[in-house]
Amino acid sequence: MSGGLFDDLRDLYQEVILDHGRKPRNFKRLDDADRSARGDNPMCGDRMELFLKLAPDGHIQDAAFQGRGCAISMASASLMTDTVRGKTQDQARKMGENFRALAMTGICPDCGGDIAEDMERLAPLSGVHDFPSRVKCATLAWHTLNAALDGGAKEASSE
Amino acid sequence: MDGHMAPPLNLEAIRADFPILAEKVRGKPFTFLDSGASAQKPRQVIGAMVRMMETAYANVHRGAYHMSEQATEAYEAARGAVARFLNAGDVREIIFTGSSTNAINLVAHSYGRGVMKPGQAVVISEMEHHANIVPWQMARDAHGLELRVCRITDSGELDLDDLAAKLADGKVGLVAVTHMSNVLGTVTPAAQIARMAHEAGAKVLFDGSQAAVHRRVDVREIDADFYVFTGHKLYGPTGIGVLYAKGALQEAMPPFLGGGDMIAEVSFERSVWAPYPAKFEAGTPPIIEAIGLHAAIDYVTAIGMPAIEAHERALVDRAMARLPQIEGVTLLGRAQDRGGVFAFALDTAHAHDVATLLDRAGIAVRSGRHCAEPLHARFDVESTCRASFGLYTTPAEVDLLADALQQAREFFR
Repeated sequence: MSGGLFDDLRDLYQEVILDHGRKPRNFKRLDDADRSARGDNPMCGDRMELFLKLAPDGHIQDAAFQGRGCAISMASASLMTDTVRGKTQDQARKMGENFRALAMTGICPDCGGDIAEDMERLAPLSGVHDFPSRVKCATLAWHTLNAALDGGAKEASSE
Repeated sequence: MDGHMAPPLNLEAIRADFPILAEKVRGKPFTFLDSGASAQKPRQVIGAMVRMMETAYANVHRGAYHMSEQATEAYEAARGAVARFLNAGDVREIIFTGSSTNAINLVAHSYGRGVMKPGQAVVISEMEHHANIVPWQMARDAHGLELRVCRITDSGELDLDDLAAKLADGKVGLVAVTHMSNVLGTVTPAAQIARMAHEAGAKVLFDGSQAAVHRRVDVREIDADFYVFTGHKLYGPTGIGVLYAKGALQEAMPPFLGGGDMIAEVSFERSVWAPYPAKFEAGTPPIIEAIGLHAAIDYVTAIGMPAIEAHERALVDRAMARLPQIEGVTLLGRAQDRGGVFAFALDTAHAHDVATLLDRAGIAVRSGRHCAEPLHARFDVESTCRASFGLYTTPAEVDLLADALQQAREFFR
């Protein structure tokens, strides 16, 4: 077998994803969290707990997570917690909706406007759309975010 | 092990029997190392099913006409083939079900809830497939049974001392354990387990979904009360499973599902069950699938289960020699007696990432928890990759896996 067998996988595993997967940002418990939720893809073994600190006006003041999972799921949660900080809940939900479209199709028709810059940061994950069995790894964090915003009562799963 | 005396398989001829193995995946030869999830099908199986549908198909046990009689004969011949395959003493001890899962659920209902008394216990093990865990939890909750979990050792073998301890108070009505782990590849000492169970007054069920594919099974030699396997892992079709159950037990067990074909007479006041095994085969059975399973059994029997076992053992030995040499690779479990299945993990990458890379090389492995979440918890791993071999797997494919894993490690440095 020649070297570079997996070179074409660099679209999926871009350096930023490998980096966030190896060293996830905001990887901690928020002891003063207002909302939290667990996310679990039981078949794969992706598991995370998401913590949100809300400002008095309801916007997301801080976001962090803990968990174990594949590079894609960890990188996605890492990038998500980075990008939703400072957003209103509606903006965060809208980003999640658009991210799911991006992950499933590779394109995002509604990624312009006030979320354009943040969606750009999430774009490296769009490579998963070529790997149907991996889409749920990328979207787990965003399902968990919705569960947390909904009150965090139930466990999220993207399976 | 008589398997080591068997002549080597003619791999070229065998692989030519499996049309799908000629397919390309992402431009590369299809390296299928996921037979443990479901095996590929030889032309002999495909052909038998098509021939039946084209020339000899009708419902069974119903029509007083030629085609139905022919179909019934073929269906019952399949039962005979299964009985011989397991060396059952009586063809009536073979019940056709939809799957291994269905078969275990049948026992959990008809024996667990129907014969066992509340307060009695069922013993399973830490290395069970979910199919041999969840039905017992349901029976526990519905019928007041106790569920006991026998430990396994760090090498991935059943802890027989713990089994003895679990059996000691005489409350155990059934020991239900795997005959071969779908994750670790461990083959359990079935005859010894059965002897221990029987001495404690318990019956024993073996989940043979993996074992029946990888070695010769003799239900009388091991003295199984129940033995379960499935068609699709044995190079046969999906939709058919087998429950071997001793006649005296079937006699005592109430039916699981009610419907046509399982009754002797029906009025609105009452129904009288058909004699076994018919009383456990409600509704139109998997007829075409039974014919496919018969062909699959003929296929593996012609090659010889001892030869298949020896072939797979050699592949596992090859993998066990190569994989640990790759930096960062660990193997889950190191059982002495094992079949062609093993699980592994890479230190720098999650199982799914590894599987995605291997797929790029045309290699199909399972990743995740393989329907054995408690086993992964036991070894404190979130998920693993699993490679499983079939009679068509070649030594070159094992080498390919090792080479690709080496490169995957470099990719995820």
